[in-house]
Amino acid sequence: MAILINKESKIIVQGFTGKIGSFHAEEMIAYGTNVVGGVTPGKGGQKHLDRPVFNTVKETGADCSILFVPPAFAADSAMEAADAGIKTLVAITDGIPAHDMIKVKRYMRRYKNEERMTMVGPNCAGVISPGKCMLGIMPGHIYKEGNVGVIGRSGTLGYEAAEQMKNLGIGISTSVGIGGDPINGSAFKDHLEKFEHDDDTKVILMIGEIGGPQEAEAAEYAKHNVSKPVIAYIAGLTAPKGKRMGHAGAIVSSKGESAADKVEILEAAGITIAKNPSVIGDTVASVLKSL
Amino acid sequence: MNIHEYQAKEILTKFGVAIPKGGIAYSPENAKDKATELGGDMWVVKAQIHSGARGKAGGIIVCKSHQEVLDAANTLLGKTLVTNQTGPGGLTVQRIYVEEASDIKKEYYLGLVFDRSTESIMVVASSEGGMSIEEIAKEKPESIIRAKVEAAVGMQSFQAREIAFALGLEAKAISRCASAILGCYKAFTTSDATMVEINPLVLTGDDHILALDCKMSFDDNALYRIPQIAELRDKTQEDSKETYAHDRGLNYIALDGDIGNIINGAGLAMASMDMIQLAGGKPANFLDVGGGATPEKFVKAFKLISSDPKVKVILINIFAGINRCDWVAQGIVDALAQITIEQPLVIRLAGTNVDEGMKILKDSNIDYIEASTLEEAANNAVKALKDLENK
Repeated sequence: MAILINKESKIIVQGFTGKIGSFHAEEMIAYGTNVVGGVTPGKGGQKHLDRPVFNTVKETGADCSILFVPPAFAADSAMEAADAGIKTLVAITDGIPAHDMIKVKRYMRRYKNEERMTMVGPNCAGVISPGKCMLGIMPGHIYKEGNVGVIGRSGTLGYEAAEQMKNLGIGISTSVGIGGDPINGSAFKDHLEKFEHDDDTKVILMIGEIGGPQEAEAAEYAKHNVSKPVIAYIAGLTAPKGKRMGHAGAIVSSKGESAADKVEILEAAGITIAKNPSVIGDTVASVLKSL
Repeated sequence: MNIHEYQAKEILTKFGVAIPKGGIAYSPENAKDKATELGGDMWVVKAQIHSGARGKAGGIIVCKSHQEVLDAANTLLGKTLVTNQTGPGGLTVQRIYVEEASDIKKEYYLGLVFDRSTESIMVVASSEGGMSIEEIAKEKPESIIRAKVEAAVGMQSFQAREIAFALGLEAKAISRCASAILGCYKAFTTSDATMVEINPLVLTGDDHILALDCKMSFDDNALYRIPQIAELRDKTQEDSKETYAHDRGLNYIALDGDIGNIINGAGLAMASMDMIQLAGGKPANFLDVGGGATPEKFVKAFKLISSDPKVKVILINIFAGINRCDWVAQGIVDALAQITIEQPLVIRLAGTNVDEGMKILKDSNIDYIEASTLEEAANNAVKALKDLENK
């Protein structure tokens, strides 16, 4: 079944005719993704990559979208997708102002839970359900089809983990890159919930890093709501204390933000920790073996 | 991006936040003239560096005569101040702010930040101003007031009033305090700020509310639409290597060790640093070259890393997705045709077209140590360092 995207997903590309949008749309199509068209305002009616171009998201009838729109216009496009009934939106765009993301998050809450869009990213590598559908910019061939659900903040570190697993013969149900921005469309815990209810997923791997409260919130959520084994690696265990981001930030989020704090919180919630980045695959393998 | 106190104050006054009268000066004579213009018989001469806690570092001097203003300016201009926020190198004072002294009845704390948990703007206030917010949280946590702003409608007057009352202000000062809070909120949202901190916000003897010290930070991603703020950037207050890297599209942070890194992706960069330490080494930097590892980017990265006298070994770890390993390898080879590096070089490539990439490196004339996994890359870098030391 996988989560978020599937073989049947009807996918559009926002920012379809641009250089980056075109390049990745071709890659996704080559992977076998069901790309039904794209949106570039003003170019509606044209054909691009043998698929129709639309002026607005509403006309497309799609249920999933991937966004390559430049940062200054990305928030507007994300809200358009939410309003047009898109269920899963992957925002690849890097550099969206934080104030814009707050607006997008608030806008998404206009819709009832069952109608609400799930936004993945921004500043992420996207989502892949190996063998079924790729809604992202990752190299599809390093992902093997299987039963590990992956949620990670970093693109290349996610690739590293996927390759380690593939080399051990371990596959992935869906891999979700939630992105590295301070305010993102969805968090670890949103996808933990989805993986918990996905029959194809047996174990869940989280790849986190220093900063922000999301890993600690995920630990709390997993403790009470996730029955499947969860494994985590947190990058930055040996990083020195980050540059100060201003006083008040330190006080608002009182939960542990250093990698060591996060590891402690995750372990206390019963999550298995991969001690270093070169044993992520091995740690997943040993958990799978114990099932 | 950070700005100076006097610049933050100029912004806040546009939104109705009251501040003491003051003027910026670049020389002692200039400072004395400002004091004369301001009038009165007491002034505060304040070092302008991108840091708080300047008082403890001797950066704020109270003066009772024009001669004292002159002397204070003489002391501060050109001086390097080290605070708990500047790092051990400190920051050099090149501008000073001369301000009329205020009659302070009580000090408060006011801060506005993004709260990543609730994904909204949060106002934080306390009746225990003057101390840092960390100290307040430790010593008087019960004094901290938090108010979340609903993004759809923005901050409402009642919220600002609630905070003012919770601070224990007298009736006369309530509306003045509320309008200061609302002004800060407007400044925060209209100028894409990530932080506004007024510490202290003071109640004066005649029941006025003044922002006595102020810090503002802005979202780098939004600088394109706030040009009037972007031009306030003061590069003398930034780490020169980090600025050099930033201006060339590289994400760089200097560290204490001796193994230089060139890596794509922030997460992989942090993971590689973890592996280096695990192998017994110490990273000299964090450097994310991002996607599209072109020869030009490698030249810039090599220049930055190899010119650092601390760096004894250089480690390249690239996991190529869309930018294929053969392109990356060619980028490295081309870059090394343009620039010579003295340090031993460890290269690990992984991902798309890794075999083709490795072949390009092998067939080239560059001198390097190969690694196929993250672990091997870190171990080889540490081994190369040990070999150098044993020579």
